Amino acid sequence: MSKRIEVNNLNVYYDKFRAVEDVNLTIEPRTVTAFIGPSGCGKSTFLRTLNRMHEVIPKARVEGEVLIDGNNLYGPGVDPVLVRRQVGMVFQRPNPFPTMSIRDNVLAGVKLNNKRISKTDADDLVEKSLRGANLWNEVKDRLNLPGSGLSGGQQQRLCIARAIAVSPDVVLMDEPCSALDPISTLAIEDLIEELKQEYTIVIVTHNMQQASRVSDKTAFFNIAGTGKPGKLIEYNDTATIFSKPTIQATEDYVSGRFG
Amino acid sequence: MATARMTASAAPTPTGEIKAKKRLGDILFSGSTVTAGWIIVVVLAAVAIFLIAQSIPALIADPADIKGAPASFWAYVGPLVFGTLWAAVIALAIALPIAIGIALFISHYAPRRLAQGLGYLIDLLAAVPSVVFGLWGIKVLAPFVRPGYEWLATNLGWIPLFSGPVSGTGRTILTVAIVLAVMILPIITALCREVFLQTPRLHEEAALALGATRWEMIRTAVLPFGRPGIISASMLGLGRALGETMAVAMVLSPAAVISFVLLQSQNPTTIAANIALNFPEAAGVNVNVLIATGLVLFVITFAVNALARYAINRRKAFSGAN
Amino acid sequence: MASTTSVSLGQRASLTAGQLPRFSPIWLLVISWIVVGGLFTILVLAGITEDFNLVGTVFFGTLLYAAIIYVASRIVEGARKATDRLMAALVTTAFIVALLPLVSLVSTAVISGAARFDVTFFNNSMRNVVGDAPGGAIHAIIGTLEITGMATLMSVPIGLLTAIYLVEYGRGRLAQAITFLVDVMTGIPSIVAGLFAFAFFSLILDQPGIRFGFGGAVALSVLMIPVVVRSCEEMLKLVPNELREASFALGVPRWLTVVKVVLPTSVAGIITGVMLSISRVIGETAPLLLIAGFTQSVNYNLFDERMMTLPVFVYTQYANPGSDVQAFLDRAWAGALTLIVIVMLLNLIARLIARFFAPKIAR
Repeated sequence: MSKRIEVNNLNVYYDKFRAVEDVNLTIEPRTVTAFIGPSGCGKSTFLRTLNRMHEVIPKARVEGEVLIDGNNLYGPGVDPVLVRRQVGMVFQRPNPFPTMSIRDNVLAGVKLNNKRISKTDADDLVEKSLRGANLWNEVKDRLNLPGSGLSGGQQQRLCIARAIAVSPDVVLMDEPCSALDPISTLAIEDLIEELKQEYTIVIVTHNMQQASRVSDKTAFFNIAGTGKPGKLIEYNDTATIFSKPTIQATEDYVSGRFG
Repeated sequence: MATARMTASAAPTPTGEIKAKKRLGDILFSGSTVTAGWIIVVVLAAVAIFLIAQSIPALIADPADIKGAPASFWAYVGPLVFGTLWAAVIALAIALPIAIGIALFISHYAPRRLAQGLGYLIDLLAAVPSVVFGLWGIKVLAPFVRPGYEWLATNLGWIPLFSGPVSGTGRTILTVAIVLAVMILPIITALCREVFLQTPRLHEEAALALGATRWEMIRTAVLPFGRPGIISASMLGLGRALGETMAVAMVLSPAAVISFVLLQSQNPTTIAANIALNFPEAAGVNVNVLIATGLVLFVITFAVNALARYAINRRKAFSGAN
Repeated sequence: MASTTSVSLGQRASLTAGQLPRFSPIWLLVISWIVVGGLFTILVLAGITEDFNLVGTVFFGTLLYAAIIYVASRIVEGARKATDRLMAALVTTAFIVALLPLVSLVSTAVISGAARFDVTFFNNSMRNVVGDAPGGAIHAIIGTLEITGMATLMSVPIGLLTAIYLVEYGRGRLAQAITFLVDVMTGIPSIVAGLFAFAFFSLILDQPGIRFGFGGAVALSVLMIPVVVRSCEEMLKLVPNELREASFALGVPRWLTVVKVVLPTSVAGIITGVMLSISRVIGETAPLLLIAGFTQSVNYNLFDERMMTLPVFVYTQYANPGSDVQAFLDRAWAGALTLIVIVMLLNLIARLIARFFAPKIAR
């Protein structure tokens, strides 16, 4: 199920403004890749181009190509809706659908697309996804209660369960722990460790300890100044990035000298 | 070098915009929402076109055919325009201070728990149908205020506004204005309340910290901040008062005069009330005349509302809150 | 809070000195009312006025209170504090003054309307009602329900879809133009809407004196659509973008996102807005007087012949009374009471829906 992502000469624009410049990188299947860098360096913007979510913002556009197992997401005639079914996403703040129960939230990807699913298949999918998100034991007795009644950390795991229920190839996570307390964060990090057995995971984080704990590879993004585009500075094994980076800016950042 | 790259990158290339294939559901759904939007455009255009089309006969007709045989259409509509503006302005003059008072009461004086409920109470006034206001105006208010009018005419009769003789029924333009004031009170109050509640807390606390009393705080922080809001609220209230029909039609005893006096039985009537009273029996060119007066009313209310919106937008630009 | 009853000016040094006792304003207000009430009672006893003037008592009593508190505070607390007290009193007065017409109006409607608020009123039309036959308003109630229902059927889809266009799709010129036109439409006086419906149908159908129910529904729609657009727009904007993004990220197309995520999340607010807009147009008289006309009989057909409505019923009962004026007036008040009850119920239900069925959106 897990797939390789290859990004070639990617530029992202908001109208006339170039937000991300000329990114090239390859993400291997069944790995966790972390994007780090100061605020506004374009790492979240870049992440959103990997499932064409940036198009939701008016006038945003992309040049270059993103290949998932060789298929270009930006090729002619590609339907962004189908892309997003293959590349799931988890957001900064937990956002379960407030009108739906926990069970319906997990099934949202299926039900919102008007697909028919038998009750037993649905039950299996709910259990499998919630177990996958390490949430099953906590919510199995209240599947029909609203998802908004859970704690922040549980809500975020519910969102992860919702994302993996549509069996994507890749899961993108945009600072998934930034709104959570340390204990919930730990639960999510453990979960990421398990999920990488099956999925390619890309995670944006502000927290360098988190990047070093969960990721196999790390990409460091930076900007030269406000109004300048964000750039990929260095991309390497996490251990290398944090112990002996080749570029001075990376070392400054990971050692806490700026940012 | 960096700048050179920036300029190079600024030129958009077509590769960035890929036309994704459209889904049928998306096309149908967004298409129907656009259609709904266009219907609104068409309806408004139709309102303008049909009112104008039906007004033209009135403008070219022989004035002798118009009810009351005025010199021209404009001589017919003149007193009505005056009455419309006059009644609405008095109503606004009565309603505005009270509305500001209520808004302050709800936003800054009433206990927090009660404030919302009290707001609903005032909103209820907006829910009462205008025909009920008319009935109330003529059966309750007119007899009630008549002794007061007598007193005004006797003691303040030297002011031209209040000169006698007082109407025997109390169905004067002042009574109408009071009814209109009650009817526009909720709109003005609601808008003022919103604006007052948006006063920056810091301004208020700064004033209080300097030892200001509550009223001094309101005068120095709340009212200056809310002034554009108060202006636009009163314009919207004025717009509502201009177009109000039934309360005026029922309460006023009308005459085709231009007169500022408030208490006598000869009162200028309003465009809207004149239409409501004469339309059911009108025939021939008189129907067109009434439609033409309606067009005049539309233009007046449009101008007033445009002014109100202008005030609101200017406030938005200056407040920095957006 | 410690309050002192000491009014000695010599104790200014203390923070609590020089103040009126804490509850003195309320007592003063009550005393003022009693004093003015006493005066009015004397007027009644002396035979100058017929009835006790309750409204006058409250109004003048409150004014008297404002005067007294100003003077008292000026003596005890000084000029600045006195101005503060005076303004507080005036602001309170403004609120009480606004309540007087509401109370007077509702109580009059209930008392005068009760005389004919009976089964006959809701069972009979005015057809062949002569002499002291009671008559009723069933024809008007049917007309109001049909015309308002038809107006709602036309306004809600147009209004809701336009709001969806403005919030979910609208960019550029058309959206700006529609926003502007909706503003213009909000300001159309109701009688102009009636004139439009008349001008339109009399030209299109070539009947110079046309009167029919559907025309009334069109006129009401012109008034209702902008209200529906505005309230739906507000409600759709309240739906956090995060929910739309969550749905997109699951591979849900835009239209299904709107239909299955955005609309269900805001449905309580939308229903509330629609009910409030119904309550606004259900009492409209002027446009219906022009285009729906009035009649004494039941007419179920929106597309043919005159159709009575409740507000017009109230107006005609008042304006064109027969020989027994009181009977007509009683019917007018009963109709007014019915209208008030309908409108207040709509308002109440709308607010209850808004309060209890709104989904909890994390902020």
